[in-house]
Amino acid sequence: MFPRPIAQSTPAVRGLYQIALPIALILWLFPLLGVAMTSVRPASDLAQGNYFGLPSSFAWHNYVEVFQNSPIGRYIFNSFKVTIPTVIGTLVLSCMTGFALGIYRFKGNLLIFFMFVAGNFVPFQILMVPVRDLTFGMGLYNTTMGLALFHIAFQTGFCTLFMRNFISALPRELIEAARVEGVAEWQIFWYIVLPLMRPAIAALAVLVFTFIWNDFFWATVLTTSASTQPVTAGLSSLNGQWIAAWQLVSAGSIIAALPPVLMFFLMQRHFIAGLTLGAVK
Amino acid sequence: MTVAFTDAEKPQRSWWRSNQQWLTPWLFLAPGLAMFILYVIWPIFSSFQLSLYDYDGLGTKVWLGWDNYKELFGDRAFKTSLKNNVIWLVMYMLAVPLGLAIAIFLNQTVRGIRIYKSLFFFPFVISQVVVGLIFSWFYAPNFGLLYKLTEMLTGKGTAILANPELATYGIIAAGLWPQIAYCMILYLTGLNNVAPDQIEAARLDGAKGLKMLWYVILPQLRPATFIAVVVTVIGALRSFDLVSIMTNGGPFGSTRVLSYYMYEQALSEYGYRMGYGAAIAVVLFGIMMIFISGFVWKMVRDERGNR
Repeated sequence: MFPRPIAQSTPAVRGLYQIALPIALILWLFPLLGVAMTSVRPASDLAQGNYFGLPSSFAWHNYVEVFQNSPIGRYIFNSFKVTIPTVIGTLVLSCMTGFALGIYRFKGNLLIFFMFVAGNFVPFQILMVPVRDLTFGMGLYNTTMGLALFHIAFQTGFCTLFMRNFISALPRELIEAARVEGVAEWQIFWYIVLPLMRPAIAALAVLVFTFIWNDFFWATVLTTSASTQPVTAGLSSLNGQWIAAWQLVSAGSIIAALPPVLMFFLMQRHFIAGLTLGAVK
Repeated sequence: MTVAFTDAEKPQRSWWRSNQQWLTPWLFLAPGLAMFILYVIWPIFSSFQLSLYDYDGLGTKVWLGWDNYKELFGDRAFKTSLKNNVIWLVMYMLAVPLGLAIAIFLNQTVRGIRIYKSLFFFPFVISQVVVGLIFSWFYAPNFGLLYKLTEMLTGKGTAILANPELATYGIIAAGLWPQIAYCMILYLTGLNNVAPDQIEAARLDGAKGLKMLWYVILPQLRPATFIAVVVTVIGALRSFDLVSIMTNGGPFGSTRVLSYYMYEQALSEYGYRMGYGAAIAVVLFGIMMIFISGFVWKMVRDERGNR
């Protein structure tokens, strides 16, 4: 293990480490803690210049106010309407592409695979105008559906990379044996490969959920009104309206951040497994 | 969708039998590939073409040839954006060593360390919009924490985001926060998989501290470093959200980056110059392409080596 385990050092060093940990954490999360504190600060505190001290009282009504005076509930609902279909669509498509690229050897296999990989790295701006025109043309501009369709297509690139590598690491004998038995190819997919892909599916579901929930650029490009905007775009426009009402901005931020944070803490193992794919050989 | 091939087409069944080996992968690829080509591959070419036209998004396109690109050369806002992109790239790279440093700090087995690790990773899970708002609050003039801090130290508060010299660095610092967390998690996973016998052997040879890190640990962390560099380069060039949330490109356009400037030209109140915007996007794509081809080349080489 590197560095040398702290258990092997002197008690003084061990004690120091135990003290350093929480201090480092507080420093690291300081801006976040500040915002969390501001979100429960009564407006009067801010007016009196009490920005850092403890709040004079816990103003939970900031949260109520955010829901009452802004369409944030609607924004959150829109975010789900974009995120959930995207997760499902992406997983369906990438299980299939991953299967095709991971199991079969055919001409163009590597080429198609690296097209998916390279497509991932492309700057969004080079897609912006044509994708916007395309969405317009399909009559889906300013709909959650139009936004979800783009996300499905783009995330399929990333997920294909992941799925394909996962599938090609499965034991080949399994598939060869099935073929000898005369099992049809689609049955191999459905009954043999798919059940083995569960961990990959779980990891990607969490990752894609977080990525799409947090997307801001495409939300601003493809949606314009409060009835369709997801929470990231909505928060940005609320920030313009709530100038200096930091207690509301903070409460709104916390609300917007909550779903992916919950997702992360509930599915941590899968999340990290997905994110660190390829970090070890 | 494959069910259709079982019963309904009995006469063709033997044909299907003999051809399913090569047909199956293409049938499985078709939907995903079609979506990807429609939404990702084709738009790239379409943008290239668009960059040679004058187009406002609604009217007819007017052929300009290379005029949009010629205009870029004399455009000061473009130069500022390009310069800022370089600053982003360089400064953002700090995320890699800093992420490694935190990973080494946290790679222990004391009680509760798992919770510490996840809390350190926390900033990456939050949307960049929220990160931008958090740091705007942190930097806010008159009452922001950083303003107060500089006031205490120098007697005069600095409102970073209002200062054209410093604003970009202020945004980059905000961007580094989640990026360091990302690199940290990559390295934590990497450190977990470093071969213990090699470390022990090196320890017996008297290797310690930085020497050990440099000669024994880092070579084993190479895959993690590769991914950390890739995601950091892409993150730096994609920086749009933070600029948009924290400064809108200001003050005086000093924090624009190519991705933001493109958006401004093509889709904002400054006018719908989509052809010109596309030309900016093509330049950004070109810069990204230098890195992409490097990364993909390395991946192809690894892939060939595996087979």
